[in-house]
Amino acid sequence: MTLRLLTGRMDIHELQKLVHKTRDPRRTQTLPKYSPAERDTLIKKHHPDYRENAYRPIKFGMNAGDLTVRELAALLEGESPVPENLDLSPAHTVDVLVVGGGGAGCAAALHAYARGAKVMLATKLRLGDSNTVMAQGGMQVAISREDSPIQHFLDTLKGGHMKNDHELLKMMVDEGPSIAKWLLELGVLFDRDADGNLHVKKGGGSSMPRLLTCSDYTGLEIMRVLKDEVLNQKIQLLEFSAAVELLSDGAGTCTGAVLRDLDNKRSLVVAAKAVILTTGGIGRLHIQGFPTSNHYGATGDGLVMAYRMGAKLLQIDTFQYHPTGAVYPEQLIGALVTEGIRSEGGHLVNAKGERFVNELDTRDVVSASIIRECEEGRGIRTMSGRVGVWLDTPLLDAEQGPGTVEKHFPAMVRQYKRFGIDIANDPVLIYPTLHYQNGGVQIDANSETGIRNLFVAGETSGGLHGRNRLMGNSLLDLMVFGRRAGTTAAARAASMPQGPMTLEHLRQFRAEARKHGVSPDVSSPMLLPAYAKQD
Amino acid sequence: MPPKDVNTNNVIDQEEVLRPKMVTVEMAGKTYQVPEGITMIKALWYTGQEVIRGAGCLGGFCGACATYYRTKDDPKVRTCLACQTAVEDGMSFSMMAPFPARKAIYQMAELTDPKQDLFNLYPEAPLCRNCNACTEACPQNIDVREGVWRAVFGDFKAVSEMFMDCVMCGLCVPVCIADIAPNLVALYASRAQGAHFTEKPERLYHRINEIASGRYDAEWDRILKMSEQELKDACSELK
Repeated sequence: MTLRLLTGRMDIHELQKLVHKTRDPRRTQTLPKYSPAERDTLIKKHHPDYRENAYRPIKFGMNAGDLTVRELAALLEGESPVPENLDLSPAHTVDVLVVGGGGAGCAAALHAYARGAKVMLATKLRLGDSNTVMAQGGMQVAISREDSPIQHFLDTLKGGHMKNDHELLKMMVDEGPSIAKWLLELGVLFDRDADGNLHVKKGGGSSMPRLLTCSDYTGLEIMRVLKDEVLNQKIQLLEFSAAVELLSDGAGTCTGAVLRDLDNKRSLVVAAKAVILTTGGIGRLHIQGFPTSNHYGATGDGLVMAYRMGAKLLQIDTFQYHPTGAVYPEQLIGALVTEGIRSEGGHLVNAKGERFVNELDTRDVVSASIIRECEEGRGIRTMSGRVGVWLDTPLLDAEQGPGTVEKHFPAMVRQYKRFGIDIANDPVLIYPTLHYQNGGVQIDANSETGIRNLFVAGETSGGLHGRNRLMGNSLLDLMVFGRRAGTTAAARAASMPQGPMTLEHLRQFRAEARKHGVSPDVSSPMLLPAYAKQD
Repeated sequence: MPPKDVNTNNVIDQEEVLRPKMVTVEMAGKTYQVPEGITMIKALWYTGQEVIRGAGCLGGFCGACATYYRTKDDPKVRTCLACQTAVEDGMSFSMMAPFPARKAIYQMAELTDPKQDLFNLYPEAPLCRNCNACTEACPQNIDVREGVWRAVFGDFKAVSEMFMDCVMCGLCVPVCIADIAPNLVALYASRAQGAHFTEKPERLYHRINEIASGRYDAEWDRILKMSEQELKDACSELK
């Protein structure tokens, strides 16, 4: 004990005592949200998006001169694994090729199939391995009497710092209710009120309760159902087959893709009249060294392939750091502690036992404030060199009665219990974790990029969320734009022949790289992070 | 990125980080030394193995890393998710290979009697011999055997509630002596419960009609014509 006092190290339970002690006084306290000016100052000072040395300009291509994080810039300028003399005889010929097997990919495939297209879904890992399956917080849909699509629009705009694409955003909020109906008809079990209506919860940054949830398993439930439905429709499925390059007709139209079979490492050419990229985000690039909440395959492949084809990227200088990533125990580092806990009143508490932000402010504001507390010495450190603040989970039981945490957050309880931590009794230590790519490939209202017949839906696309995505808008985004992409691609495919397949765009891209003196030392897309320890 | 040293107090004591203890584990039959307490997936990476099949969300939700393991000197083979399980000395583990379970094919909207249809789609479901191996195999602690029986007796609501935690890892499938795939039976019952046996949410349909009938059109016109400043003002009025 003496030694521990001397070194400043403490048992975690000793440190948690302050959280228990300060709980009652905190319960009566209300913290105002920051004014727009205060938000601005806080974010510019403490949000990782504003760390200048983490960024550099992209050297060539459609976004030449634009700033993005160094990790992404290197991949965008990276070397394609595909040789220009690759035999392009197709192994498969389809109307619509969907690349990616998460929520957006499944939605796109199902809707394209429903419109009569011959669809193939190719995915790098298994069907459903995605961020969707982990998106447990809920899906925003404006259905309550007091709410409206317009209110949803304004909330999202405010959350996105007014930088959202209005047309895309209007489309998303207007189509939300019909998406909920579609999912219900497929058998998704959203939580209900006693009168049978859909229960809505309040999410961070929203002025109204608008989150549809399935316990704290929303994304898992949706993904289970969509996967099952893709299999029921017998949509042609290629798992462990990662797209590594797109194909073009030589005149700027997309005509297929080259896949890499991860089992036998062979290349596989797919001729397609339209390609829909739904490859998700970039968490596994660990930009700025952050841990991530993202799944294993979130390596920005779609951004890389679309960029090489000449599609324009938007707002790729802004990323979302989810405020509550686990920092303790070691095994859970980066894993998400659902926002639902703050929605239900959980406090964030610093090492002095004080609250320091309105917990329901937008994610960027809450994350920046946590980073501020830690940078200014009010964090709790772990021996592995991490730092964090407390999320007061036992408060929920104190407020709403014993058993609340267990009943409302079974997934969270289970996750911590595996490591001997009971979150109903002990607060958890958290720090922001890399969560979402706010920007992405520019799309129009039909989810089509600047490249004809190349569609992008879900996290890979950009513009809709502005500079900060609002909680619960991602699940809706990928359902709405997955549907639009699938529907449009199927209609397009029905009225046109398959175009010639070439690697002309790749030849041009490589020429451009040489012109700018870039000789890439990385191969991209990355496909999987290199976690295996080298000798 | 955690900042540099800012505070020498308030440091959580973690012996395992300060002095990582190496333990001996057996992975797919080979013995390795790895730091105690890391997850099984990380142990594979630590020993230089690339993982393609067997890693998915890395957060305990996707079921990609279904694994069999045994602890030191214990004959009992248990199951877990490798991304969520810490290694300890003397542990042996192997990941489960994909199992060729049969999934029934159905058009959810076209089912007329889903509780009866269960017996056509999964005729093996009522043949459960009550061995309880599925329940013991479930890393999510679902009472799987009970769930199969509930499905057979038509209590789809109970099934849907019991299996909300199901990550579809499939560990319940290879152990079944009656060749039932309990997770697939439960998924069918849950979907049928949602699609056929839950109330229609009136308010949702009302909102869909409101949008279709143009109830918000005038307000949209007003909003979409606003200047950036007017929009900002409208947003700043939100609570």
